[in-house]
Amino acid sequence: MSGEIVFVGLGLHDETGLSLRGLEEAKTADTIFVELYTSFMPDFSIRRLEEICSKKLCMVSRRELEDENGKIILRAAEKGKAVLFVPGDPLIATTHIALRIHAEKTGIKTRIVHGASILSAVMGLSGLHSYKFGKSVTIPFPDQTFSETPYEVIAQNQMLKLHTLCLLDIIAEEKRYLGIRKSLEFLLAIEKKKKRRIITKDTLVVGIARAGSNEPKVKADSVNRLLEYDFGEPPYTLIFPSKLHFMEAEALIVFADAPERLRDEAE
Amino acid sequence: MVRYRQVDEIQKLMNYPEMIRNTSIIAHVDHGKTTLSDSLLAAAGIISEQRAGQQLVLDSWELEQKRQMTVFASNISLAHTFKEKEYLINLIDTPGHIDFSGAVTRSLRAVDGALVVVDAVEGPMTQTETVLMQALRERVKPILFINKVDRLIKEIKLTPDEIQRKFAKIILRINNLIEKYAPAEHKKDWQVAVEDGRVAFGSALHKWGLNLPHMKAKGITFKDIIDAYTGESDDVGRKVDALSKKAPLYEPILDMFCEHLPNPLVAQPYREPQIWPGDVESPVGQSMAKVDPNGPLLMCISTIEVDPHSGLVAIGRIFSGTVEKGKVVQLINSHQKGTIQQVYMSMAADRVIIDKIPAGNIAALSGLPSIHVGETVAEEDAETQSFEGLKYVSDPVVTVAVEPQDVKDLPLFDKVMHKLTTEDPNLHFVINKESGEYLLSGMGELHLEVTAYRMQEAGLKVNISKPIVIYRETISHDYKGPAIMGKSPNKHNKLWVTMEKLPEEIMEAIRSGKISEMQTRDERQKTLKQFGWPTDDARNVIAIEGVNILVNRIKGRQYVEEIMDHIKSGFREAVYTSVLAKEPAFGLKVNLEDVSVHEDPVHRGPAQILPMTWRPIWCAFLLSDPKLLEPIISFECKVPNDFVSNVIAIVQKRRGKILDMVNEEDMVIVKAEMPVAESFGLAEELRSSTQGRAFWATQFSRWAPVPESMQVDVIKQIRERRGLSATSPRAEEFYEAA
Repeated sequence: MSGEIVFVGLGLHDETGLSLRGLEEAKTADTIFVELYTSFMPDFSIRRLEEICSKKLCMVSRRELEDENGKIILRAAEKGKAVLFVPGDPLIATTHIALRIHAEKTGIKTRIVHGASILSAVMGLSGLHSYKFGKSVTIPFPDQTFSETPYEVIAQNQMLKLHTLCLLDIIAEEKRYLGIRKSLEFLLAIEKKKKRRIITKDTLVVGIARAGSNEPKVKADSVNRLLEYDFGEPPYTLIFPSKLHFMEAEALIVFADAPERLRDEAE
Repeated sequence: MVRYRQVDEIQKLMNYPEMIRNTSIIAHVDHGKTTLSDSLLAAAGIISEQRAGQQLVLDSWELEQKRQMTVFASNISLAHTFKEKEYLINLIDTPGHIDFSGAVTRSLRAVDGALVVVDAVEGPMTQTETVLMQALRERVKPILFINKVDRLIKEIKLTPDEIQRKFAKIILRINNLIEKYAPAEHKKDWQVAVEDGRVAFGSALHKWGLNLPHMKAKGITFKDIIDAYTGESDDVGRKVDALSKKAPLYEPILDMFCEHLPNPLVAQPYREPQIWPGDVESPVGQSMAKVDPNGPLLMCISTIEVDPHSGLVAIGRIFSGTVEKGKVVQLINSHQKGTIQQVYMSMAADRVIIDKIPAGNIAALSGLPSIHVGETVAEEDAETQSFEGLKYVSDPVVTVAVEPQDVKDLPLFDKVMHKLTTEDPNLHFVINKESGEYLLSGMGELHLEVTAYRMQEAGLKVNISKPIVIYRETISHDYKGPAIMGKSPNKHNKLWVTMEKLPEEIMEAIRSGKISEMQTRDERQKTLKQFGWPTDDARNVIAIEGVNILVNRIKGRQYVEEIMDHIKSGFREAVYTSVLAKEPAFGLKVNLEDVSVHEDPVHRGPAQILPMTWRPIWCAFLLSDPKLLEPIISFECKVPNDFVSNVIAIVQKRRGKILDMVNEEDMVIVKAEMPVAESFGLAEELRSSTQGRAFWATQFSRWAPVPESMQVDVIKQIRERRGLSATSPRAEEFYEAA
């Protein structure tokens, strides 16, 4: 009998983001894997999640999933039901699509139990309209992968009057999280080189910290101001809003302590 | 007449190019070059005459004195009066041992004439031919000194007639070489002859020397010389001493330099087109032909030394313009600018700071950033070209692991290593990231022994492993088949590559520096098109690692620029540690055919792009009939008849091949080749089995495939030493299905 893989989203912040449906899948699984390198959940505890599921969890590394092509999960799924816990919504970060395709091609069924994602969380927290987001982009650690793509993506979106969601890189294995200040400095450095006035000291930007927790921090202001703003603990996200709808301006003023002048600049 | 010279006298002479002779002494190992140099120094009053012949001043290292052998080039300036005129002679010493011949080529670029020293007993040997050939190719004019004539008299007891016949034979062989290798217009007028005084003979050890004009002037005959060496030993000592007073060695030699070697004004016009690829009609070209001190600066760096006080010191020949303290210059190969901090002239081991040095001279400069041997130093804003392929870095063939005996010495160890590898570009030093070993690679067992000794000289105690042979990995033919695809581990990026085998002439062009990453894209494109490459490939060479080239044929794909640095790094790693046994790849042309890149930068970082690059390269490599290559040395040995069979046995035992045997009187010259892997301890074995009567030398010859029957075993040995599985991976392990 060929088995299946169920990709289960853990949601944001801690293990209580797991849905009841996800919990059901876990309870009936033969093996449960958990992957924690694609995202950072500040208050997550494997031990508590094991208690909730009443089962042992098997942690998988990037090496096992990428270099070894997820062999360990595929093997478990050959004869039984394997659950893979993934932070957020399991297939939003494109990382696990390769595994799902490979599984289906080799006769292993796959299902998805969705979880809350940063992609939708930032819209709720900021009040910016989901209809008006363009391409999203990750800002990498400049010392790891130098890339001008984030700047280009923001520029393209601006041209089309679309907001840009910027995810900030993490290296979970080393507990390194790219900060908001560092990200802005990095973008300003590219601006200095390209001189296209896409990101200046006066550009409006929204910073979000700890989305999904009980005390998220959301702050909208100029790049200049945000460089100095203390967002507290990670994880972080940035949004570069384009031209604002009047409801969006209102929301940023109310939810994100944005300057009142936004009201006059909105459409 | 010779007397002690002041620095300021020499400095004055520097302004008269017609009075300058830039010269070098070239010889086979142990034919007496350094002893000769010392006699010349004594003449200049730099060392005392009594000490010359015992103390080898040009060799600044104790070891070289022990081995009686010069290892690193050094240079001196001295003044000489000839026919009532003052001359400035710049003498560049060149290393005599074959293992370090890279430095010979570099020194020769700086000089216009060379004194070829030949041992009267041994005659011209392999290296005599090699260095003379190198000199002639650089359009350096030769004259001849036949050394160790005392041995012909004392040991072989030749008569005056026999001595002259012996000389004639040596001269004939040298002239044959000149005929063979000299530029067409000089094949005749560069021939050396006793009659015109271009041949001198003598004993550098006993400090006497003569040529025909000096014999006539001083009324000395061959019989007088033989007489000097006849009788009781005290008596001989006194008579030889008197000979050295009456016919001091430096007189004919320095006179010959002045009379028969060209000055820069004569030499630069005909040397220019041979050594410099620029336009002779350009301002720099014209100034170079005129040796114009007021023209744009053009200087060629032939040696780098690390000075404890001034840091890196670059020594070279000024062909045009003037070097001055504080002058801003451009370094053409590395596309950098720098300011000359100090200008020095050399006097043996000492450097003397002076304000400026004009064209036609040899100068030493400090303060230039990360300068390397073969660099061209030019006027700040001049549009000019670098000198032709001076960078001659030979393939290292032997490695040892070194470590300081005391960990506390690590900082000193780093410093000494930096100094040694900067001064000697044929020495390679790397830290193996996996094993943490410090690996030192060089051109032979002896080269590394000398280096180890220099470390001890610097106060560093080190442990050194047994020498390990460095192999190469190559393919037998171009990769045939559709482009091979590699995927990044996350499967979101793909790269397609093909592979070809580089032709020998391209590999040689890379080795000699004719094709390099330092060039501008236009220069490289031009050179590669001359080798018949299509424009697109010639234009799109994006990396050169070892003798391997990466060509980017990808067109119109998004984000390619953002991952190109990672692809280049991946290529470098893939060829630096290839796949058969993690030895360097040799002669690969890797073509990037197409790529598909993920939108988001974090999904295409180095951890993704590096494996995506090396996997298809290794796959194509393994599918093209890979071969392991081993270094082969040529071996030439001159040995008395009685011992020939012993030498042949040694060669055959060491997987060697006899190439030629020539009888010369009661000696036989054995020419052979053998793998480096079998050459360790050769010196010891030859000595003991010929009672020390063999004269011999070895030289790196070529890379040859390891015999088919041995390849699997050799690969296994290397891999096990590296802690790898015994057999090489199969191509399928790197193959990705679509």
